[in-house]
Amino acid sequence: MTTPSTPLITRDLVAVDVVAADRDDVTRRLVDLLVAAGRVTDAEGFLADVRAREAQMATGMPGGIGLPHARSEHVTVPSLAVAKVPGGVDFGAPDGPATLVFLIAAPAAGGSDHLQILAALARRLVHESFRTSLHEAPDAATVAAIVTREVVPS
Amino acid sequence: MKFVAVSSCPTGIAHTYMAAEALEQAGRAAGHEVVVETQGAAGSQPLDPAVIAAADGVIYAADLEVQNRERFAGKPFVDVGVKKAVHDAPGVLAAAIAAVEAAPAPSSGAAPAPVAAAPATRTVGVGTRIRQYLMTGVSYMLPFVAAGGILIALGFMLSSVAWAENGAIEVTAVPAETLWTAFQWTNLEHWAVLLFQTGALAFGFLVPALSAYIAYAIADRPGIAPGFVGGAIAGLVGAGFLGGIATGFIAGFVALWLARRAVPKGFRGIMPVVVIPLVTTLVVGIATFLVVGPPMKAINDGLSSWLNGLTGGALVPLGIILGLMMCFDLGGPVNKVAYVFATTGLANAAGDAAATEARVMAAVMAAGMVPPLAIALATSVRGRLFTEAERESGKSAWLLGASFISEGAIPFAAADPLRMLPSFMIGGAVTGGLTMAVGSGLVAPHGGIWVTPLISVPLLFLLALAAGTVVSALAVVIAKNIGRSPQEDVLDETESVAALAGSR
Repeated sequence: MTTPSTPLITRDLVAVDVVAADRDDVTRRLVDLLVAAGRVTDAEGFLADVRAREAQMATGMPGGIGLPHARSEHVTVPSLAVAKVPGGVDFGAPDGPATLVFLIAAPAAGGSDHLQILAALARRLVHESFRTSLHEAPDAATVAAIVTREVVPS
Repeated sequence: MKFVAVSSCPTGIAHTYMAAEALEQAGRAAGHEVVVETQGAAGSQPLDPAVIAAADGVIYAADLEVQNRERFAGKPFVDVGVKKAVHDAPGVLAAAIAAVEAAPAPSSGAAPAPVAAAPATRTVGVGTRIRQYLMTGVSYMLPFVAAGGILIALGFMLSSVAWAENGAIEVTAVPAETLWTAFQWTNLEHWAVLLFQTGALAFGFLVPALSAYIAYAIADRPGIAPGFVGGAIAGLVGAGFLGGIATGFIAGFVALWLARRAVPKGFRGIMPVVVIPLVTTLVVGIATFLVVGPPMKAINDGLSSWLNGLTGGALVPLGIILGLMMCFDLGGPVNKVAYVFATTGLANAAGDAAATEARVMAAVMAAGMVPPLAIALATSVRGRLFTEAERESGKSAWLLGASFISEGAIPFAAADPLRMLPSFMIGGAVTGGLTMAVGSGLVAPHGGIWVTPLISVPLLFLLALAAGTVVSALAVVIAKNIGRSPQEDVLDETESVAALAGSR
């Protein structure tokens, strides 16, 4: 198992106190963060991939989570961007809007090794304690630190 | 209880793993063991065969087709889709528990318990690999054999009621166009034609499906299209199911080789959907038309002139030779030579069942009925030598054999040709020789027991058929026991599946 040289998330990829009209809006903001960080090469192209995935099956999860994601050729390194949306935004979950939105970006090509980190992230997301700690994290740096600490490929 | 589960989702990076984690969590919380195989983008770590063997039930939380599903055959399962497992894993687990409790208790003898003692590391031999590829192809071909064969047989049955006489002959003479140009709802003859034609078309997929899913076992999805095309060409050049096995392997390994090439980044996306199928199909087309085809023609011509040279000689040896040929490849080139030799001669018999040509036809048909009947007999008296799917298809083989549909034995022959084909040939030789010896004649080219009124000395004909069937079934049982014990067999099978999945 080789650890990717670039971390999954940095504080620059976390947006707090986001006010968003809909899931497309919040996704776009997160994509912009990924573009600014040089992890996504084409914002529109990646957005289209995420929308296509979202159209197949809504990614909202119980517990106020939205989980837009895609494998895309416009992604250079596996990445996670997080938005905290106190007002909530609908992601199609049965129990209401999402207040925590994770955008997972995976490169289309490449070996399976560097996708292990995303598998580990997905597994952590199921744990309520993990989600709660992110809900309660006061700022971007804390969110990035929690993810980096907790998401370790097994 | 113990469960194994498979999870997958369209993207393969999120829900696959969330479902796995949620199911494992739910299992721990409820005091059950759940082990999940994640068939996602990060590659899949195949379940230990011992874990599968010990599991009480299976949970499919998969939005994609489950890879190597046959590993879980016979276990109670729930199939819920990935989202339900993410959102309500405890509910899914409860449903799985209910499914296990509702399932009939496994018979202790048949349970694949010995697998638990499997050694941890064992390399899988080439032979086992090949057998696994064949088994996968066969498992996908089986429904075509069952649906097509039984429909044809039902068509024969109905035709013998619908027509005053020779129904099984008449039904094949009615052109298919009748069904969409002049169909009459109250006409039994038309219904018989409908059954026959539908079955015959289903049968047309037999070799292509075998070829396609051998290629699939080797190279995954990119192998399917070239495999289908190769199988269709194998049918066109008259190479039969052995030709279809060849095209399956060619398609599979060419596709696999291409899939392992390093290609420029922008190119990767179109590799599995365009480049690999395109190039592989072309290679398979060239190989089948230009390499497999010509020898088929040579075999056909050579054997035909050889057979023609034998006419006028002793009939019993001729019957034995025809019996061997009929059972050699079950619809392939050698079988076809024997069959065409018999049917073209029929014109000379001019309806006289005592003519030499009619006796040749009787021997050919009787021998061609042996393989499916032998399989039916062997699976019913020695079921433990066969998988559950094989035992089930063994039941329909009675009907297919009785209707002279030799292809009913192909699934068994394709899965294990070296053991099965010689066993069939021994029985075919016995029946072919005996049919000649008792002097039976037949003036119809096909129909099996449905043309019994057209067979002279019918009782002895049936006796000759029964003798060959028993001999062949015995040979099948003995051959199945050569080289391995049944327990090793189960172990081989599961391990090779795991190894195969790992090699992807």
